[in-house]
Amino acid sequence: MKIAMLEGLAPTSILLDEKELNSAQETLATNQLPTTRMEAWKYTRVAKLGKTKYVLSEDDTVSSIDTYKISSSATTFVFVNGHFSEELSSDEIPEGVSISPLSACMEGEIDSTNLVLEGELFNALNTAFLTDGILIDVDAKTTLEQPIQILHILKGEASLSNFKTIIHAGDFSKAEIIQGFFAEDADKAFANVTSEIRIGQNAFLTINKVQYEAENTSHISTEQVDQGKDSTFTINTITLNGGLVRNNLNIAVIGENCTTNLNGAYLLKGKQHIDNHTVVDHKVPNCNSNELYKGVIDESATAVFNGKVFVRKDAQKINAFQSNGNVLMSDNASVNSKPELEIYADDVKCSHGSTTGQLDEEAVFYLRARGLSEKSARKLMVSAFIGDVLDKIENEDVLNFTHKLLKDRFAWDFE
Amino acid sequence: MSNYTENELAKDLENQEYKFGFTSDIESDTIEKGLSEDVIRFISAKKEEPEWLLEYRLTAYRGWLEMTEPEWAHVHYKKPDFQDISYYSAPNQTKKYESWDDVDPEMKATMAKLGISMEEQKRLTGVAVDFVMDSVSVATSFKSKLKELGIIFCSFSEAVQEYPELVRANMGTVVPHTDNYYAALNSAVFTDGSFCYIPKGVRCPMELSTYFRINQGGTGQFERTLVVADEGSYVSYLEGCTAPQRDENQLHAAVVELIAKDNAEIKYSTVQNWYPGDKNGLGGIFNFVTKRGICGTRSKISWTQVETGSAVTWKYPSCILKGDYSIGEFYSVAVTNNYQQADTGTKMIHLGKGTKSTIISKGISAGKSQNSYRGLVQIHKNADNARNFSQCDSLLMTDECGAHTFPYIECKNSSAKIEHEATTSKIGEDQIFYCLQRGISEEKAIGLIVNGYCKEVLNQLPMEFAVEAQKLLTISLEGSVG
Repeated sequence: MKIAMLEGLAPTSILLDEKELNSAQETLATNQLPTTRMEAWKYTRVAKLGKTKYVLSEDDTVSSIDTYKISSSATTFVFVNGHFSEELSSDEIPEGVSISPLSACMEGEIDSTNLVLEGELFNALNTAFLTDGILIDVDAKTTLEQPIQILHILKGEASLSNFKTIIHAGDFSKAEIIQGFFAEDADKAFANVTSEIRIGQNAFLTINKVQYEAENTSHISTEQVDQGKDSTFTINTITLNGGLVRNNLNIAVIGENCTTNLNGAYLLKGKQHIDNHTVVDHKVPNCNSNELYKGVIDESATAVFNGKVFVRKDAQKINAFQSNGNVLMSDNASVNSKPELEIYADDVKCSHGSTTGQLDEEAVFYLRARGLSEKSARKLMVSAFIGDVLDKIENEDVLNFTHKLLKDRFAWDFE
Repeated sequence: MSNYTENELAKDLENQEYKFGFTSDIESDTIEKGLSEDVIRFISAKKEEPEWLLEYRLTAYRGWLEMTEPEWAHVHYKKPDFQDISYYSAPNQTKKYESWDDVDPEMKATMAKLGISMEEQKRLTGVAVDFVMDSVSVATSFKSKLKELGIIFCSFSEAVQEYPELVRANMGTVVPHTDNYYAALNSAVFTDGSFCYIPKGVRCPMELSTYFRINQGGTGQFERTLVVADEGSYVSYLEGCTAPQRDENQLHAAVVELIAKDNAEIKYSTVQNWYPGDKNGLGGIFNFVTKRGICGTRSKISWTQVETGSAVTWKYPSCILKGDYSIGEFYSVAVTNNYQQADTGTKMIHLGKGTKSTIISKGISAGKSQNSYRGLVQIHKNADNARNFSQCDSLLMTDECGAHTFPYIECKNSSAKIEHEATTSKIGEDQIFYCLQRGISEEKAIGLIVNGYCKEVLNQLPMEFAVEAQKLLTISLEGSVG
């Protein structure tokens, strides 16, 4: 093994498929960490991850779980450094859904992965050293009244958490999952997270993801989504804190008449680096996808947006829209945006747009002329800008929690 | 409507001959195939070049040997065998032409077929033409008239002989020989090209034009164009390219360097119509071109291109906006049909304050072709108040072609404003229906819609070129409606 960060780590005890484990080990043995010479990592440096000596921390206590609860009514599952904490989690599981930590699964219960393991170092790392995870199986024809909330807390120095979420949304089901990623006294900790999501026929699945770790933590997540016929999938990614954050969102639309909504808001300051990498792969006809990512970048932070839409041959009647907006608040902030379209069918409507700029000085002047201070005028402008994305979040609890975090971190009052 | 259906028309046009697919029977002086230092020495000696230029070529060649062919472009092709190309082919000529009347009548006929009859052009348009066939410049018209204004417009090898200082000072400053694989190859083996110098404060009264043609089989064309516009000057430069129809893939790797000094303006227009290969994708030109311009303070470089030919195109005319308040523009129409592949776009590098750039790119894919836009907009830290607007639209004509967009937007300055938008769609059935209803045939309607779609770009072309470009567009797309 060539990568220093892996030395002395114990392999996973989760009962994964032997072949997959071998494939992951093979990748780890033969690949180096990605460099900026690789197209997919052109704007994100991960070299420092390789230099840190990570430990698998067993510490599974947190000071107060209530501060991390995004929704108070949701069925909650808590993982600390990737370890399931039974004590902090809800006792009752609503009807129509089965939920269990991966560590409690028997051999064969965890279905084969749809992650790419070959050559994808972080997926391989996640598989080979999987700490724990959660398997959520929503029964067919079930509507979950309350969302399921998964809280993930990083803790301690240089702790590494390899965490996996598996979601099966049964045919004709409707569910909402809230994912929260937090850090507590975590120094140089690293969360390497994967999600495998299968959406059945006519199912509705919404994921609200809030990332609020610390300025010196790293977070790499990969979501692999397979969307079945007539289904609707929505994911809202709110990134407010985290030193190095990379979100890989891969959506394969394999059934007809699907709708896919990807929304993202990122507000950065300090030396944060956030990289949102999305791929929507339209393999079949008659689908819609909408993508809206907006960011505000302050101080010395860097944001990256790379959105890719594929429309495969014969996937006619696709409407795919992609939009990325960035506001730079400081001279040291920078943004790299790469909205891509790759289209092999002709009867489609696809567009993308990307803007980078600053707050409109005339609008700020207008507000100041009406008695607002410069600061509050700018806040109002930022809230309107980001508001486009936040408006897409239907869950009030998530929205309120996001507002609270924004106030804590940026002293921006959005109410 | 007549019984002549769209399908019949498509059949008629499927094998529509490439209009410029003739070979001229002109004796050529061609060297053996292959590439080595000796070949480079041979070319250099043949052209009686000074020592420094030979050194430049050899350094480039040695650098090239270390490089690997780029693979990031969205194109697939069989890599050319660089040892299977003849690097020097010149129409056989024993003496320099004293006047236009001395030019070989066969060659004149070739030019007439290309529609660039010099006599006619002299009379009607007043365009000064430099004609490059198989890498060697054969005639430059209007030279004396330009000379009165102090404008130098001649073949590259002539410039090397007559204005060595000017060439030496500027060559390779915008596209260094280390720039990329094909630029390095070109720097090593280029045989000729055009050189143009506009002195301070002079506004060039006519369009300068170069016509490139690959005539000989088994050769590659490697030409170099260098345009220097001194302070406060203006020039509009046209470039056209054609090649005969052949089953093999011929390589064209050119380098174009533009230097716009303070307050100068260069307008560079290209109508590229190299042989695109037949309907089964056999033959055609590989067009791997490096074009770049550098702007001084308050200067402007404008690229306009109409790309209809070539089997594979790999071309990114770029602007380095180094001077404050300089402007870069890029207007492009790229049409691909049958098995053509194009990966084209631009780079706008904003270094100076208040720099502006505009990118308008229109891609049209038909047949089984692949058409990509790849562009970079880079705002550097000191480029305060930089402004960019990009629009790249793609039109798909059949269900077997592809249209792709790969924009790279990098911004390091908070006062910059960047806008990028792209759309991909096909011609609306309602639009065609509207035309049909008014008695316009489907074929004509498509031509009408496509021309309207490209208008923004075509309007940028000088008059004579715009007419040619419109015709080319129609020919390239005829029968391609899906």
